[in-house]
Amino acid sequence: MALLSKKDSRLILDPLADNNPITIQVLGICSALAITAQLKASIVMALSVMVVLAVGNVVISLLRNVIPGKIRIIAQLIIVAALVIIVDQVLKAFAYELSKQLSVFIGLIITNCIIMGRFEAFALANKPWRSFLDGIGNAAGYGLILIIVGFFRELLGSGTLLGFKVLGDPIAKTGVYAFGYENNGFMLLSPMALIIIGIIIWAQRSRNKALIEE
Amino acid sequence: MEHIELFFKSIFIDNMIFATFLGMCSYLAVSKKVTTAVGLGAAVIFVLTVTVPINWLLDQYLLRDGALVWLGPEYADYNLGFLSFILFIATIATMVQLVEIVVEKFSPSLYNSLGIFLPLIAVNCAILGGSLFMQSRDIPTLGLALNYGFSSGIGWFLAILAIAAIREKIRYSNVPAPLRGLGITFIITGLMAIGFMSFGGMLTGGDEKKPAHEASAAEVKTEQIQKENTKETAAAVSVSEVSTLTKQ
Repeated sequence: MALLSKKDSRLILDPLADNNPITIQVLGICSALAITAQLKASIVMALSVMVVLAVGNVVISLLRNVIPGKIRIIAQLIIVAALVIIVDQVLKAFAYELSKQLSVFIGLIITNCIIMGRFEAFALANKPWRSFLDGIGNAAGYGLILIIVGFFRELLGSGTLLGFKVLGDPIAKTGVYAFGYENNGFMLLSPMALIIIGIIIWAQRSRNKALIEE
Repeated sequence: MEHIELFFKSIFIDNMIFATFLGMCSYLAVSKKVTTAVGLGAAVIFVLTVTVPINWLLDQYLLRDGALVWLGPEYADYNLGFLSFILFIATIATMVQLVEIVVEKFSPSLYNSLGIFLPLIAVNCAILGGSLFMQSRDIPTLGLALNYGFSSGIGWFLAILAIAAIREKIRYSNVPAPLRGLGITFIITGLMAIGFMSFGGMLTGGDEKKPAHEASAAEVKTEQIQKENTKETAAAVSVSEVSTLTKQ
């Protein structure tokens, strides 16, 4: 990390583990859970949030001395909404099937608490470059959880990863299916996402006792 | 009849929290005590009931394909759909502000109980989600849009009330230390969501339109597994699909 000073690299690395936006700060769960049944959708969602959060953080940071305090929420919402429209249109143009699958959840990036949370907590008080790094770091922490959840749900739920049949063919009974393994269709249903995140939180807090509540 | 159907469907089957996870942030953050949960839940019902019909009007007369035809026939092929995010969120932010001012003026006691939550609501995913689902599900009339906003607000209210009550009780239970607080709340919510799935069979045989991509998937005749995948993503759009999946 010669490129970044130690302080700057913490901005990226902290949210990946001990200050994770989903498991510690409890931000941005809203639009995240329903789309993690497949790894591909999770990755696209994570990238979209990263683009919006990094660019949005820079824009807010540049405007931080111009935006009047009283109407800052509306100003922030408009900036995010404009960015999300761009992401949505790009997805519709280049990945139409995927954008159908994500349905309203791309639009819900606007009200994703991560975005507003980082704007309020960081971008309004810091310089553009640091805000950019903070955006990348937090979106990466968010994406990491999304990808872990998507990985397990797709692997256990349909036996595939990114659409490739890594566990063999369930109809022709090849691979692990030859030994009588069955897909757990329950993993595809949305409540399992919550339970998997619960387990991730459990694992993380068992490892780092300082994070335990109460 | 369709009003009653939509009402119960929005509360139980398409419950904002348990089926689509909308508004999870405030749901997790403000569910430590029942009294505050009731305040936030009431504010959500209120704002959803106001914003969904307004956004329905915007969608119908401004945004959707050919909506501008009332201006004259030459406007018939305009489609301003790409502006819907920004217009919806602007409506919501201004309505929340307006509601706050009106409530403060006419009912100070209500304002005191809702007051702190109202500004938070502008960024609650449940509110924008209500409007976006209203748009993607093609709710046909203003009355139904009003009904949809009100009843999905009630669904959200019930969910936060239930989890707040459980969290008040669970404080006295012996939960493993790393799971305490957030972790156990996630798992309980997951279990409650599984419970709410049993409502899926409550209204069957409706004349609901099937999502477009499901029809296209059937054309391609993909294998059973892939069909299940598309069905699952469709479940985010309509939870009645979930019931068919569980039956399988």
